[in-house]
Amino acid sequence: MNTDTIKKEKNTSAKAERITGSEAIIRCLIAEGVKTLYGYPGGAIMPVYDELYKYQDRIHHVLTRHEQGAAHAAQGYARISGKVGVAMATSGPGATNLVTGIADAQIDSTPLVCITGQVPSPLLGTDAFQETDIVGISTPVTKWNVQVTKAADIPEAIAKAFYIAKSGRPGPVLIDITKDAQFEEFDFIYEKCTGVRSYNPVPKTDINTVKAAAALINAAKKPMIVWGQGVILGKAEAELKAVIEKSGVPAAWTILGASAIPTAHPLNIGMVGMHGNYAPNKLTNECDVLIAIGMRFDDRVTGNLSTYAKQAKVVHFDIDPAEINKNVKADVAVLGDSKESLALLLSELNENTHDAWHQEFKALYAIEYDTVIKGDILPEKEGLTMGEVLRQINTYSKGDAAIVSDVGQHQMIACRYAEFNRSKSNITSGGLGTMGFALPAAIGAKMAAPEREVVAIIGDGGYQMNIQELGTIFQQKVPVKIVVLNNEFLGMVRQWQQLFFDKRYASTEMTNPDFVTIAKGYHIEAKRVTKRDELEAAIKEMIASKSSYFLEVCVEKEDNVFPMIPSGASVSDVRLS
Amino acid sequence: MSQEIKTFTISVYTENNIGLLNRISAIFQRRHINIESLTTSQSEIKDVNRFVIVVKITEDHAIKVVKQIEKQVEAIRAYYHTNEETIFTESCMFKIKSNLLFEEPQIQNLIKESHARIVTVNKEFFVLEKTGRRHEIEELREAFNAYGIMQFVRSGRIAVTKDEMKVSELLEAFKNQ
Repeated sequence: MNTDTIKKEKNTSAKAERITGSEAIIRCLIAEGVKTLYGYPGGAIMPVYDELYKYQDRIHHVLTRHEQGAAHAAQGYARISGKVGVAMATSGPGATNLVTGIADAQIDSTPLVCITGQVPSPLLGTDAFQETDIVGISTPVTKWNVQVTKAADIPEAIAKAFYIAKSGRPGPVLIDITKDAQFEEFDFIYEKCTGVRSYNPVPKTDINTVKAAAALINAAKKPMIVWGQGVILGKAEAELKAVIEKSGVPAAWTILGASAIPTAHPLNIGMVGMHGNYAPNKLTNECDVLIAIGMRFDDRVTGNLSTYAKQAKVVHFDIDPAEINKNVKADVAVLGDSKESLALLLSELNENTHDAWHQEFKALYAIEYDTVIKGDILPEKEGLTMGEVLRQINTYSKGDAAIVSDVGQHQMIACRYAEFNRSKSNITSGGLGTMGFALPAAIGAKMAAPEREVVAIIGDGGYQMNIQELGTIFQQKVPVKIVVLNNEFLGMVRQWQQLFFDKRYASTEMTNPDFVTIAKGYHIEAKRVTKRDELEAAIKEMIASKSSYFLEVCVEKEDNVFPMIPSGASVSDVRLS
Repeated sequence: MSQEIKTFTISVYTENNIGLLNRISAIFQRRHINIESLTTSQSEIKDVNRFVIVVKITEDHAIKVVKQIEKQVEAIRAYYHTNEETIFTESCMFKIKSNLLFEEPQIQNLIKESHARIVTVNKEFFVLEKTGRRHEIEELREAFNAYGIMQFVRSGRIAVTKDEMKVSELLEAFKNQ
């Protein structure tokens, strides 16, 4: 390695110690403040597990039941805490099983360090037992990755990995370490990385762009903010709140931006996107200035780009220069860290209230409430709805729970109706849409924030994609609350089949096992609710429980999620039914 | 932004690390862009590599691709240029039967006129090397084709830009941080 390419924190007090590569890995993790990691042992990573055994009083390894579970648990850990999540696996299948979680972390900008064992370096390229080119495989889905074949290269690789994972726009990194490097002895010293010369994580904010943005916002008659996860990752919640309150600009959020501003905040106008709220979607095409903050104009947010906010001047705040003009052309682009750029913006903004403009949002909300929301959360029909489950959870968790949702109808309902009082409370697979995410992610979230109520909301399909992680919950005694909203369908796909494929329900109906018995098999307290009059008591009991709890709610089989922007349609063509 | 498809030369300064070629080529692959040629070598800066990549895309695409390349941790800087903004050349080699040198007098004229260089000659074959623009190399290839070519190989484009790229300053600034 060319050591001039990185900057390190000088560690002058430490003396070099002669230790093995595998002990060095653990010592590096401890030096980076890692207290918990998730993983699964196997041949090529065994020397590291041997060291984990020796260091078990200082670092807690959680044995998941599948490497995918380890990756998602590490994601959940990172998303609720803002810290780097760590996952570990052996070579070959162990490493490939991490890939979905890594891809999920890449597209949702989650800081993750994955460590994989690799066959001994003399065997590289020989099709050795459990050999796979995980560096090659993970390249398109990692922020950075590297293979280490010498023990002496381990500290620098890990230091660089943590720095890259958490700095700038966060993301997953992977370090593949050959077994011979794990056994080899060398003189260990750890110095944290503070810079990489080829990498500029935070572009400098140009005050002139901030002034240009403020001028547009100050002159706007109908401005609208759409914020994304960049606000949470940049720890800029307070700055955003101050910007919104001073400028009076109505503010909507993307799915990953949810919870950065409390749901109940009067200027919070709801979610944008395919199943977002009616008003912010509709009025995206009527605003005169659209202020995008730490979001990336995903196709699920914009619908058809050729009819997206064409009337508006677009101001785009982002840390990643590659996001500027990628999907939507920005009239003013403000690069940099959201905390810093929003603070600069605040001092340039005029006070305003935009009362008449807010009335337009309120009028559309009233339409959405009458046609969709009321029926979802206060249904009068016989069958249970997902929305009323969320309403009860809100009531008993008082909006303080972290909601970890999987992917599909229940996810959209959870994001639409969950009430959040605090940031980092909506943990879901947004960009990749990974079914099977929620159960392991909830484990990681609860372990990172044991003081918080963590409720996983999962469909019957996604639940069975990583259902084996009930074993981890049982073994580790993780007091997560698991709610399965069972409609005996892959509901979102079924909804599309109903709306766009003439109700041809190809492979979406599920014959499910007895989920309560399965949970009980793992010694998890479990209950099934099939009637409305049982629901409230069950949710009350679940939230009150001090241990893990499984609740199956059998909901209406063929309910649909609305509003909906059909794929390829314009945001202003959002449908209410 | 022009939607016209043009030839762009993308220049990338990178660290000299294993796997970067894969990372950079994946950016083109994801967008279904065919790479016309790709050359990588040491640059003017110690331990810094330079990629010269030729693609036929729109300028809009070129901008986006360059940003995605720069986003890679180990890519230092990336730029795109039109043909007019660069000085570029290619290199090629011909292996031809030696008896043709004596039997076909026209061949000696071709070598002289094209400013090709004879690299080696032996009893069986001789090897010519020619550096120039694509059309010059193609003209020569067609001319030799009439007599028979045993082997032909052409390199990718190498190019320097007319404007400055200021990569050294960037690296110097990092050092002095």
